[in-house]
Amino acid sequence: MADRAPGVEEQDTAQVCYVFAVGRGDAPLQTAAEGLEGPTGAGVRAVYAAGLGALVSSVPAGLYDEEGLKAQLEDMERLEALARSHHAVVASAYEHTTVLPMRLATVYLDDGRVEAMLTERKDEFAALLSRLEGQVEWGVKVYADPRGASAANLSEAPAAPGGSGTSGGGSSPGRAYLQQRRKQRNTHRDTYRTAGAVAERAAALADAIATAKVSHRPQQGELASGPGENIVNDAYLVPAARSDDFRAAVGGLAEDVPGVRVELTGPWAPYSFATPPSTPRQPGGPGEPDADGE
Amino acid sequence: MESDLTGRSFADAVEEGARSASNGFGEEDSLAGRQVALIDLLDRLLTGGAVLTGDLVLSIADVDLVRVNLRAVIHSVTPDDPAPW
Repeated sequence: MADRAPGVEEQDTAQVCYVFAVGRGDAPLQTAAEGLEGPTGAGVRAVYAAGLGALVSSVPAGLYDEEGLKAQLEDMERLEALARSHHAVVASAYEHTTVLPMRLATVYLDDGRVEAMLTERKDEFAALLSRLEGQVEWGVKVYADPRGASAANLSEAPAAPGGSGTSGGGSSPGRAYLQQRRKQRNTHRDTYRTAGAVAERAAALADAIATAKVSHRPQQGELASGPGENIVNDAYLVPAARSDDFRAAVGGLAEDVPGVRVELTGPWAPYSFATPPSTPRQPGGPGEPDADGE
Repeated sequence: MESDLTGRSFADAVEEGARSASNGFGEEDSLAGRQVALIDLLDRLLTGGAVLTGDLVLSIADVDLVRVNLRAVIHSVTPDDPAPW
Protein backbone atom coordinates (compact mmCIF):
# COMPACT_ATOMS: atom_id res chain seq x y z
CA MET A 1 0.00 0.00 0.00
CA ALA A 2 1.91 2.99 -1.21
CA ASP A 3 -0.85 5.37 -0.29
CA ARG A 4 0.91 8.40 0.97
CA ALA A 5 -0.58 11.84 0.64
CA PRO A 6 0.99 13.17 -2.51
CA GLY A 7 2.39 16.64 -2.97
CA VAL A 8 3.52 17.35 0.55
CA GLU A 9 4.84 20.87 0.50
CA GLU A 10 8.31 20.79 1.92
CA GLN A 11 8.66 24.52 2.39
CA ASP A 12 5.94 24.48 5.00
CA THR A 13 8.00 23.51 8.00
CA ALA A 14 5.47 24.18 10.74
CA GLN A 15 4.39 20.88 12.23
CA VAL A 16 1.36 19.87 14.22
CA CYS A 17 0.53 16.69 16.06
CA TYR A 18 -1.79 14.09 14.54
CA VAL A 19 -3.23 11.74 17.19
CA PHE A 20 -4.12 8.17 16.19
CA ALA A 21 -4.93 6.51 19.48
CA VAL A 22 -4.53 6.64 23.25
CA GLY A 23 -3.37 3.76 25.41
CA ARG A 24 -1.77 3.10 28.77
CA GLY A 25 1.63 4.69 28.99
CA ASP A 26 3.62 1.52 29.29
CA ALA A 27 6.19 -0.53 27.40
CA PRO A 28 3.77 -2.20 24.95
CA LEU A 29 2.68 1.22 23.73
CA GLN A 30 6.29 2.20 23.13
CA THR A 31 6.80 -1.04 21.22
CA ALA A 32 3.65 -0.41 19.22
CA ALA A 33 4.94 2.94 18.03
CA GLU A 34 8.17 1.54 16.69
CA GLY A 35 8.44 1.16 12.95
CA LEU A 36 5.14 2.84 12.18
CA GLU A 37 4.69 5.82 9.90
CA GLY A 38 2.17 8.63 9.94
CA PRO A 39 0.20 9.94 6.97
CA THR A 40 3.01 12.10 5.67
CA GLY A 41 5.86 9.70 6.32
CA ALA A 42 7.09 10.93 9.69
CA GLY A 43 7.53 8.27 12.35
CA VAL A 44 4.90 7.49 14.95
CA ARG A 45 5.90 8.22 18.54
CA ALA A 46 4.28 8.09 21.94
CA VAL A 47 3.55 11.20 24.00
CA TYR A 48 3.10 10.38 27.68
CA ALA A 49 1.18 12.03 30.50
CA ALA A 50 -0.93 10.98 33.48
CA GLY A 51 -0.06 7.31 33.06
CA LEU A 52 -1.39 7.35 29.52
CA GLY A 53 0.27 7.58 26.13
CA ALA A 54 -0.92 8.98 22.83
CA LEU A 55 0.37 7.64 19.54
CA VAL A 56 1.09 10.67 17.41
CA SER A 57 2.91 11.71 14.28
CA SER A 58 4.11 15.12 13.19
CA VAL A 59 2.34 16.43 10.14
CA PRO A 60 2.69 19.70 8.21
CA ALA A 61 0.47 22.38 9.70
CA GLY A 62 -0.61 23.57 6.28
CA LEU A 63 -2.17 20.23 5.42
CA TYR A 64 -3.82 19.75 8.80
CA ASP A 65 -5.27 23.08 9.75
CA GLU A 66 -8.97 23.52 9.29
CA GLU A 67 -8.72 24.40 5.62
CA GLY A 68 -6.21 21.68 4.88
CA LEU A 69 -8.25 19.03 6.64
CA LYS A 70 -11.43 19.97 4.87
CA ALA A 71 -9.65 19.73 1.55
CA GLN A 72 -8.29 16.32 2.48
CA LEU A 73 -11.56 14.94 3.75
CA GLU A 74 -13.54 16.07 0.76
CA ASP A 75 -11.18 14.59 -1.81
CA MET A 76 -11.88 10.89 -2.10
CA GLU A 77 -8.33 9.89 -2.93
CA ARG A 78 -6.78 11.91 -0.15
CA LEU A 79 -9.48 10.81 2.24
CA GLU A 80 -8.71 7.18 1.45
CA ALA A 81 -4.97 7.73 1.89
CA LEU A 82 -5.53 9.38 5.27
CA ALA A 83 -8.07 6.79 6.40
CA ARG A 84 -5.81 3.89 5.48
CA SER A 85 -2.81 5.51 7.13
CA HIS A 86 -4.78 6.16 10.31
CA HIS A 87 -6.09 2.60 10.23
CA ALA A 88 -2.63 1.10 9.65
CA VAL A 89 -1.31 2.73 12.81
CA VAL A 90 -4.34 1.91 14.94
CA ALA A 91 -4.51 -1.70 13.75
CA SER A 92 -0.79 -2.32 14.25
CA ALA A 93 -0.89 -0.76 17.68
CA TYR A 94 -3.91 -2.79 18.69
CA GLU A 95 -1.97 -5.97 18.02
CA HIS A 96 0.43 -4.94 20.78
CA THR A 97 -1.81 -3.36 23.33
CA THR A 98 -5.31 -2.04 23.95
CA VAL A 99 -5.68 1.44 22.53
CA LEU A 100 -8.57 3.77 22.13
CA PRO A 101 -8.79 4.79 18.47
CA MET A 102 -9.35 8.48 17.85
CA ARG A 103 -11.73 9.71 15.23
CA LEU A 104 -10.14 10.52 11.88
CA ALA A 105 -8.32 13.85 11.77
CA THR A 106 -7.70 14.54 15.45
CA VAL A 107 -4.96 17.16 15.48
CA TYR A 108 -3.23 19.15 18.23
CA LEU A 109 -0.84 22.04 17.96
CA ASP A 110 2.06 20.34 19.72
CA ASP A 111 3.07 17.60 22.15
CA GLY A 112 2.35 19.83 25.11
CA ARG A 113 -1.26 20.18 24.09
CA VAL A 114 -1.54 16.41 23.72
CA GLU A 115 -0.14 15.97 27.24
CA ALA A 116 -2.67 18.44 28.57
CA MET A 117 -5.48 16.56 26.83
CA LEU A 118 -4.34 13.24 28.30
CA THR A 119 -4.18 14.73 31.78
CA GLU A 120 -7.53 16.40 31.50
CA ARG A 121 -9.36 13.28 30.35
CA LYS A 122 -7.38 10.59 32.10
CA ASP A 123 -10.33 9.15 34.04
CA GLU A 124 -12.48 8.84 30.97
CA PHE A 125 -9.66 7.25 28.98
CA ALA A 126 -8.84 4.80 31.75
CA ALA A 127 -12.47 3.72 31.97
CA LEU A 128 -12.79 3.23 28.22
CA LEU A 129 -9.50 1.34 28.03
CA SER A 130 -10.64 -1.05 30.75
CA ARG A 131 -13.88 -1.62 28.93
CA LEU A 132 -12.10 -2.44 25.66
CA GLU A 133 -9.34 -4.55 27.17
CA GLY A 134 -9.05 -7.88 25.39
CA GLN A 135 -11.89 -7.16 23.00
CA VAL A 136 -12.10 -6.69 19.27
CA GLU A 137 -14.77 -5.39 16.95
CA TRP A 138 -16.54 -7.49 14.33
CA GLY A 139 -18.74 -6.08 11.61
CA VAL A 140 -21.87 -7.96 10.53
CA LYS A 141 -23.60 -6.92 7.33
CA VAL A 142 -26.74 -8.50 5.94
CA TYR A 143 -27.75 -8.06 2.30
CA ALA A 144 -30.96 -8.74 0.45
CA ASP A 145 -30.44 -9.53 -3.20
CA PRO A 146 -33.71 -10.38 -4.98
CA ARG A 147 -31.90 -10.71 -8.29
CA GLY A 148 -29.62 -13.30 -6.79
CA ALA A 149 -32.70 -15.10 -5.50
CA SER A 150 -34.31 -15.01 -8.95
CA ALA A 151 -31.19 -16.40 -10.54
CA ALA A 152 -31.14 -19.20 -7.99
CA ASN A 153 -34.82 -19.93 -8.65
CA LEU A 154 -34.26 -20.08 -12.36
CA SER A 155 -31.35 -22.44 -12.10
CA GLU A 156 -33.30 -24.68 -9.74
CA ALA A 157 -36.59 -24.70 -11.65
CA PRO A 158 -36.85 -27.34 -14.33
CA ALA A 159 -36.46 -25.96 -17.81
CA ALA A 160 -39.69 -25.15 -19.57
CA PRO A 161 -41.10 -28.51 -20.57
CA GLY A 162 -40.73 -29.51 -24.17
CA GLY A 163 -39.64 -27.07 -26.77
CA SER A 164 -42.30 -27.36 -29.40
CA GLY A 165 -45.96 -26.65 -28.90
CA THR A 166 -46.56 -29.26 -26.20
CA SER A 167 -45.93 -26.84 -23.34
CA GLY A 168 -48.37 -24.82 -21.26
CA GLY A 169 -51.46 -25.11 -23.38
CA GLY A 170 -53.18 -21.74 -23.76
CA SER A 171 -50.50 -19.68 -22.02
CA SER A 172 -50.40 -16.54 -24.09
CA PRO A 173 -47.27 -14.39 -24.15
CA GLY A 174 -49.12 -11.65 -22.30
CA ARG A 175 -50.23 -13.98 -19.57
CA ALA A 176 -46.78 -15.49 -19.28
CA TYR A 177 -45.39 -11.98 -18.91
CA LEU A 178 -47.80 -11.15 -16.11
CA GLN A 179 -47.02 -14.41 -14.37
CA GLN A 180 -43.36 -13.61 -14.66
CA ARG A 181 -43.88 -10.14 -13.18
CA ARG A 182 -45.88 -11.51 -10.30
CA LYS A 183 -43.21 -14.07 -9.61
CA GLN A 184 -40.57 -11.35 -9.57
CA ARG A 185 -42.57 -9.30 -7.12
CA ASN A 186 -43.06 -12.27 -4.88
CA THR A 187 -39.39 -13.12 -5.04
CA HIS A 188 -38.57 -9.55 -4.15
CA ARG A 189 -40.89 -9.54 -1.15
CA ASP A 190 -39.84 -12.98 0.01
CA THR A 191 -36.17 -12.11 -0.27
CA TYR A 192 -36.54 -9.08 1.97
CA ARG A 193 -38.58 -11.10 4.45
CA THR A 194 -36.03 -13.86 4.51
CA ALA A 195 -33.20 -11.37 4.83
CA GLY A 196 -35.00 -9.77 7.76
CA ALA A 197 -35.32 -13.15 9.44
CA VAL A 198 -31.66 -13.93 8.81
CA ALA A 199 -30.74 -10.54 10.25
CA GLU A 200 -32.73 -11.25 13.40
CA ARG A 201 -31.12 -14.63 13.81
CA ALA A 202 -27.67 -13.13 13.22
CA ALA A 203 -28.33 -10.46 15.83
CA ALA A 204 -29.50 -13.02 18.37
CA LEU A 205 -26.49 -15.25 17.84
CA ALA A 206 -24.10 -12.30 17.84
CA ASP A 207 -25.64 -10.78 20.97
CA ALA A 208 -25.12 -14.04 22.82
CA ILE A 209 -21.35 -13.71 22.37
CA ALA A 210 -20.79 -9.97 22.10
CA THR A 211 -20.49 -7.55 24.99
CA ALA A 212 -21.79 -4.52 23.11
CA LYS A 213 -23.37 -3.56 19.82
CA VAL A 214 -23.52 -0.46 17.63
CA SER A 215 -25.65 -0.13 14.51
CA HIS A 216 -24.14 1.76 11.61
CA ARG A 217 -26.14 3.19 8.77
CA PRO A 218 -26.67 0.61 6.02
CA GLN A 219 -24.17 1.13 3.23
CA GLN A 220 -25.27 2.76 0.01
CA GLY A 221 -23.71 4.42 -2.97
CA GLU A 222 -20.87 3.58 -5.27
CA LEU A 223 -18.54 2.50 -2.50
CA ALA A 224 -21.07 -0.02 -1.26
CA SER A 225 -19.80 -2.63 -3.63
CA GLY A 226 -21.38 -6.05 -4.00
CA PRO A 227 -24.77 -7.28 -5.15
CA GLY A 228 -27.97 -6.58 -3.29
CA GLU A 229 -29.06 -4.01 -0.74
CA ASN A 230 -27.35 -3.72 2.59
CA ILE A 231 -30.11 -3.85 5.20
CA VAL A 232 -28.06 -4.31 8.37
CA ASN A 233 -24.62 -2.87 9.13
CA ASP A 234 -23.82 -3.62 12.76
CA ALA A 235 -20.66 -3.67 14.83
CA TYR A 236 -20.17 -5.96 17.81
CA LEU A 237 -17.62 -5.80 20.59
CA VAL A 238 -16.38 -9.36 21.09
CA PRO A 239 -13.84 -10.83 23.52
CA ALA A 240 -10.83 -11.60 21.32
CA ALA A 241 -10.75 -15.13 22.67
CA ARG A 242 -14.24 -15.68 21.30
CA SER A 243 -13.60 -14.42 17.78
CA ASP A 244 -13.65 -17.97 16.44
CA ASP A 245 -16.98 -18.67 18.10
CA PHE A 246 -18.41 -15.43 16.81
CA ARG A 247 -17.33 -16.14 13.28
CA ALA A 248 -18.59 -19.70 13.41
CA ALA A 249 -21.96 -18.65 14.81
CA VAL A 250 -22.71 -15.74 12.51
CA GLY A 251 -20.57 -16.24 9.42
CA GLY A 252 -22.30 -19.12 7.67
CA LEU A 253 -25.89 -18.16 8.45
CA ALA A 254 -27.05 -17.41 4.94
CA GLU A 255 -24.86 -19.83 3.02
CA ASP A 256 -27.80 -21.82 1.70
CA VAL A 257 -30.28 -18.98 1.52
CA PRO A 258 -30.72 -17.68 -2.02
CA GLY A 259 -30.72 -13.91 -2.26
CA VAL A 260 -29.47 -13.29 1.27
CA ARG A 261 -25.87 -12.70 2.23
CA VAL A 262 -24.18 -12.24 5.58
CA GLU A 263 -20.76 -10.61 5.48
CA LEU A 264 -18.40 -10.47 8.41
CA THR A 265 -15.59 -7.95 8.62
CA GLY A 266 -12.92 -7.98 11.25
CA PRO A 267 -11.36 -8.28 13.60
CA TRP A 268 -11.13 -4.51 13.93
CA ALA A 269 -9.70 -2.33 16.62
CA PRO A 270 -12.84 -1.25 18.50
CA TYR A 271 -13.47 1.97 16.58
CA SER A 272 -17.22 1.78 16.99
CA PHE A 273 -16.91 1.45 20.77
CA ALA A 274 -14.38 4.16 21.47
CA THR A 275 -17.04 6.73 22.26
CA PRO A 276 -19.04 6.63 25.45
CA PRO A 277 -22.35 4.92 24.65
CA SER A 278 -24.75 7.53 23.35
CA THR A 279 -28.37 7.15 22.38
CA PRO A 280 -28.25 3.98 20.35
CA ARG A 281 -29.52 4.34 16.82
CA GLN A 282 -32.39 2.04 16.03
CA PRO A 283 -31.27 -0.76 13.78
CA GLY A 284 -34.17 0.34 11.58
CA GLY A 285 -35.60 -3.07 10.75
CA PRO A 286 -35.00 -4.55 7.33
CA GLY A 287 -36.49 -2.23 4.78
CA GLU A 288 -38.98 -3.56 2.34
CA PRO A 289 -39.16 -1.01 -0.43
CA ASP A 290 -41.95 -0.89 -2.95
CA ALA A 291 -42.29 -4.07 -4.85
CA ASP A 292 -40.56 -2.72 -7.90
CA GLY A 293 -38.14 -0.51 -6.04
CA GLU A 294 -34.54 -0.84 -7.05
CA MET B 1 -4.18 3.35 -5.23
CA GLU B 2 -6.43 5.37 -7.49
CA SER B 3 -7.67 2.19 -9.05
CA ASP B 4 -8.79 0.96 -5.67
CA LEU B 5 -11.51 3.55 -5.72
CA THR B 6 -13.37 2.57 -8.79
CA GLY B 7 -15.08 -0.24 -10.52
CA ARG B 8 -13.81 -3.71 -10.81
CA SER B 9 -10.61 -3.42 -8.85
CA PHE B 10 -12.42 -2.01 -5.85
CA ALA B 11 -15.03 -4.73 -6.03
CA ASP B 12 -12.25 -7.27 -6.21
CA ALA B 13 -10.66 -5.78 -3.14
CA VAL B 14 -13.95 -6.04 -1.31
CA GLU B 15 -14.36 -9.64 -2.41
CA GLU B 16 -10.82 -10.33 -1.34
CA GLY B 17 -11.60 -8.90 2.06
CA ALA B 18 -14.74 -11.00 2.36
CA ARG B 19 -12.84 -14.13 1.35
CA SER B 20 -10.08 -13.59 3.83
CA ALA B 21 -12.63 -12.90 6.55
CA SER B 22 -14.17 -16.29 5.95
CA ASN B 23 -10.88 -18.16 6.17
CA GLY B 24 -9.68 -19.71 9.37
CA PHE B 25 -7.59 -17.72 11.73
CA GLY B 26 -4.26 -17.22 10.07
CA GLU B 27 -1.86 -14.56 9.02
CA GLU B 28 -4.54 -12.61 7.24
CA ASP B 29 -6.43 -12.46 10.49
CA SER B 30 -4.06 -9.94 11.95
CA LEU B 31 -5.72 -6.60 12.44
CA ALA B 32 -3.19 -4.77 10.33
CA GLY B 33 -2.58 -7.25 7.55
CA ARG B 34 -5.93 -7.20 5.82
CA GLN B 35 -6.95 -4.94 3.01
CA VAL B 36 -10.20 -3.56 4.31
CA ALA B 37 -12.96 -2.06 2.21
CA LEU B 38 -12.87 1.72 2.30
CA ILE B 39 -16.56 2.00 3.09
CA ASP B 40 -16.22 -0.24 6.17
CA LEU B 41 -13.27 1.85 7.28
CA LEU B 42 -15.13 5.13 6.78
CA ASP B 43 -18.12 3.84 8.76
CA ARG B 44 -15.74 3.48 11.67
CA LEU B 45 -13.41 6.43 11.24
CA LEU B 46 -16.09 9.03 10.58
CA THR B 47 -18.68 7.90 13.10
CA GLY B 48 -16.56 5.89 15.55
CA GLY B 49 -13.35 6.71 17.33
CA ALA B 50 -13.05 8.86 20.39
CA VAL B 51 -13.97 12.46 19.69
CA LEU B 52 -11.76 15.08 21.27
CA THR B 53 -12.28 18.76 21.02
CA GLY B 54 -8.73 19.86 20.59
CA ASP B 55 -6.81 22.62 18.96
CA LEU B 56 -7.27 21.95 15.30
CA VAL B 57 -9.92 19.33 15.46
CA LEU B 58 -12.81 20.12 13.25
CA SER B 59 -15.76 20.75 15.46
CA ILE B 60 -18.36 18.03 15.49
CA ALA B 61 -20.60 20.16 13.35
CA ASP B 62 -17.85 20.56 10.81
CA VAL B 63 -17.22 16.86 10.72
CA ASP B 64 -20.89 16.33 10.07
CA LEU B 65 -20.70 18.81 7.25
CA VAL B 66 -17.75 16.98 5.84
CA ARG B 67 -19.70 13.79 6.04
CA VAL B 68 -22.62 15.24 4.16
CA ASN B 69 -20.28 16.44 1.46
CA LEU B 70 -18.57 13.12 1.56
CA ARG B 71 -21.78 11.35 0.79
CA ALA B 72 -22.06 13.50 -2.29
CA VAL B 73 -18.52 12.54 -3.23
CA ILE B 74 -19.21 8.87 -2.70
CA HIS B 75 -22.23 9.03 -4.93
CA SER B 76 -20.36 10.89 -7.62
CA VAL B 77 -17.55 8.37 -7.92
CA THR B 78 -18.02 6.96 -11.37
CA PRO B 79 -16.60 3.52 -11.90
CA ASP B 80 -14.65 2.93 -15.09
CA ASP B 81 -16.26 -0.46 -15.35
CA PRO B 82 -19.95 -1.05 -15.09
CA ALA B 83 -21.09 -2.28 -11.73
CA PRO B 84 -20.35 -6.00 -11.44
CA TRP B 85 -24.01 -6.94 -11.15
